[in-house]
Amino acid sequence: MELLDIKNLQIEFPSRRGTVVAVKGVNLTVRPGEVLGVVGESGAGKSTIGNAVIGLLDPPGEMSGGEVFLKGEKINDLSSEEKRKIRGRRIGMIFQDPLTSLDPLQTIEQQLVETIELHLRLGKKKSQERAVDLLRQVGIDDPEIRIKNYPHQFSGGMRQRVVIALALCAEPEVIIADEPTTALDVSIQAQILELMRKLCREKQVGMLIITHDMGVIADITDRVAVMYQGNLVEEGTTQKILGDPDHPYTKSLISAVPRADVRLRRFPMVDYIEKEEDRKVLLDISTHWLGQGRDFGKIEGPLISVKDLVMTFVTKQAFLKKNRQSFNAVDSVSFDIKQGEVFGIVGESGSGKSTIARLIAGLYKPASGSVFFGETDLTKVGSEREMDVFRKQMQMIFQDPFSSLNGRMRVMDIVAEPIRFHKLASSNREVETIVTDLLEHVGLGRQAAVRFPHEFSGGQRQRISIARALATRPRFLICDEPTSALDVSIQAQILNLLKDLQEELGLTMLFISHDLPVIRQMCDRVGVMKKGKLVEVAETEALFTDPQASYTQELLSLMPKLDFLSHEGLDVEAS
Amino acid sequence: MENTVEKSRMARILDSDIWHSFARSPVAIISSIVTLVIIFGALFAPFIAPNDPFDLVAIDLMDASLPPAWLEEGDSRFFLGTDDQGRGILSTIMYGARISLFVGFASVIFSMIVGISLGLISGYVGGRTDAIIMRIADIQLSFPAILIALLLDGVARGLVPKEMHNDVTIYVLVFAIGISGWVQYARTVRGSTLVEKNKEYVQAARIIGIRPGTILRRHILPNVMGPVMVIATIHLAIAIITEATLSFLGVGVPPTTPSLGTLIRIGNEYLFSGEWWITIFPGAALVILVLAVNLLGDWLRDALNPKLR
Repeated sequence: MELLDIKNLQIEFPSRRGTVVAVKGVNLTVRPGEVLGVVGESGAGKSTIGNAVIGLLDPPGEMSGGEVFLKGEKINDLSSEEKRKIRGRRIGMIFQDPLTSLDPLQTIEQQLVETIELHLRLGKKKSQERAVDLLRQVGIDDPEIRIKNYPHQFSGGMRQRVVIALALCAEPEVIIADEPTTALDVSIQAQILELMRKLCREKQVGMLIITHDMGVIADITDRVAVMYQGNLVEEGTTQKILGDPDHPYTKSLISAVPRADVRLRRFPMVDYIEKEEDRKVLLDISTHWLGQGRDFGKIEGPLISVKDLVMTFVTKQAFLKKNRQSFNAVDSVSFDIKQGEVFGIVGESGSGKSTIARLIAGLYKPASGSVFFGETDLTKVGSEREMDVFRKQMQMIFQDPFSSLNGRMRVMDIVAEPIRFHKLASSNREVETIVTDLLEHVGLGRQAAVRFPHEFSGGQRQRISIARALATRPRFLICDEPTSALDVSIQAQILNLLKDLQEELGLTMLFISHDLPVIRQMCDRVGVMKKGKLVEVAETEALFTDPQASYTQELLSLMPKLDFLSHEGLDVEAS
Repeated sequence: MENTVEKSRMARILDSDIWHSFARSPVAIISSIVTLVIIFGALFAPFIAPNDPFDLVAIDLMDASLPPAWLEEGDSRFFLGTDDQGRGILSTIMYGARISLFVGFASVIFSMIVGISLGLISGYVGGRTDAIIMRIADIQLSFPAILIALLLDGVARGLVPKEMHNDVTIYVLVFAIGISGWVQYARTVRGSTLVEKNKEYVQAARIIGIRPGTILRRHILPNVMGPVMVIATIHLAIAIITEATLSFLGVGVPPTTPSLGTLIRIGNEYLFSGEWWITIFPGAALVILVLAVNLLGDWLRDALNPKLR
């Protein structure tokens, strides 16, 4: 018998601008010991399904149709009191952010024991034993001691293990995991997924795992359901869906997933989402403003050269210098970026890769070491006016498309700001022409100029950021995780755009990412960072086929295995 | 996306969430109507007031201390009665509200300019500058605002030659009330600036090379104005009250150009001789004005911060 049975689920969000149907007639089943993945891009309605099952839909959302059965028992029309009893006891939950799903003011013991006592009606002593046992099962060392700790005393990965223990502690029949590893690094993600898989098998628990990440799907699930704009478009075994998809949306989604085993010339055109974002009108670079004025001073050797760079952050402020505590976010790092190449930096969170980008861009002053732009040491440039010469040649694209644009300015003014500041055009009319040209060149319509940033989607905003970066006619572009906040199909479009621009304009790029497959698609050479140190620098192909440093080998081995993904329609450059 | 025409400014306002929230809040609509009526009455007092309380020719001592028109002995010319010198209460209230509102708005604007600038600098520059500005703010906060206003008022009076007193007192008042209120703005703006300056759009501007002054003005300032507008509305009510208090205490505007506070003080002396209308009506006008502005401020705070609901 099915453990969890969702029939014809329909969820609506009424608002004053009309009712949004978030989930349209979805059927799903989960069997004991099985992991069902629900995959889709943002706005597909996948999280809403999970929330509806546990009866925690965000208002004003409401279930307008369908039924949910737990072991044959209808649970969707229970009173909120009865639903509360099911949550935790019969349906366990794991959410994305391990920081907010634990109470910071209670020890792990209090939280676990309370839940066990409440749901299993065991005595205090038995509950404590069980709590310790659970922590051991999820792989926490010295559980007898660690159980007395507060959530903040655990690292992100350990905290997510505690959340899993908490979800398991009342022996639920079903676990709903909503993006359980999205906030975690790859190495920890692999461990957590393996743990979840093992617990599912051993305890014959059914799991519904909701994610946007094909890697997670490939790693852990038995069956996959693909969601697109509230509809369930395809469902089947993981092998079948990823290896031989039928629905055109699934096909385009899978072709957009970056893989570590092949390097593509371009991603196939993903035209299923946001169709109007193709670059319809391309400028003739040789005659346009953007292509002119590119006769930068000749530079022999590398364009950017970083020497013994150290960046120190103060972790504990104190009046006296000797009482201050600090750590080196970047610890004597040296590398060169040749002219016209794309240099990648890869590393886990906290490895100092973004700090390096900001040091090169001049947002931070290094504690010691130097950044050479050609012959000039940027850390020694005295006046703002002298620095402007280099700023013009060096621009940056940021990670978060929602905070990288000033929401109070029109797109026209955002993109025009660098042109006006550096006086790169003679008249206001010329500035406006250039801005609309740039917007078209990055794949936005001319009308985009008169709008405000909030009227655009994440991918479109990232295009605006790129247009702004191009507006100084730079020769060097820093991309700090430019696609990690975007859906895969949008990511594919943005990566294509960056590749095209790099070729057209002969840009030199520093490309920072935590995502090895993306690095493989984009970069000529790669540096691997760990805890502020550069452990290896190599040609991309060499790094992926023959990694030298043990840390690099570890990172590569932890990548989700995506070999059996469909290769349909790919334009392979190297594999 | 292709065929949407650019919306006009008015259409955008009518479609915005804030307008929607306004249209559905009876409290907001009523209090803004009341506020607008009072402002209108004050602004156009010279044209619509039934009589001119400052025209010595028109004032007749025979009309002194008349009760409101609906009472016995009332005079239809003076709807709310007259004071001891024969000035119509309704007209004096309208003229008095002019002074009150002027002092209120002017001192709020003054506070805003001082507070926002110091808050922006404090938050953006940080370090020692921040520490100094914020410690000054802390010290000032440990005194009641009215005390600071009284103190500044006294000092300013000492510095200005006596014969100029009547001309400048109103500006002294604006200055005193303005200075006593800047801390609120500075603290709020500093907090928001600390958040905004680490956002990527500010970093993008820095990479372009935009200088700090321009970044503060063009990028950060528009993004910190939301909470400032809420404080400003509530502060307007406080400023009007402070002005009334100072005038009531006799250190505010001179009796020749009475504000609401002055009117209440003058009437206060006649309260126990049975001529209650001289003080009650200006007092009621003050209460209604302040209440309406406060309710408007409350609504604005809720509308801009949906999480509070």
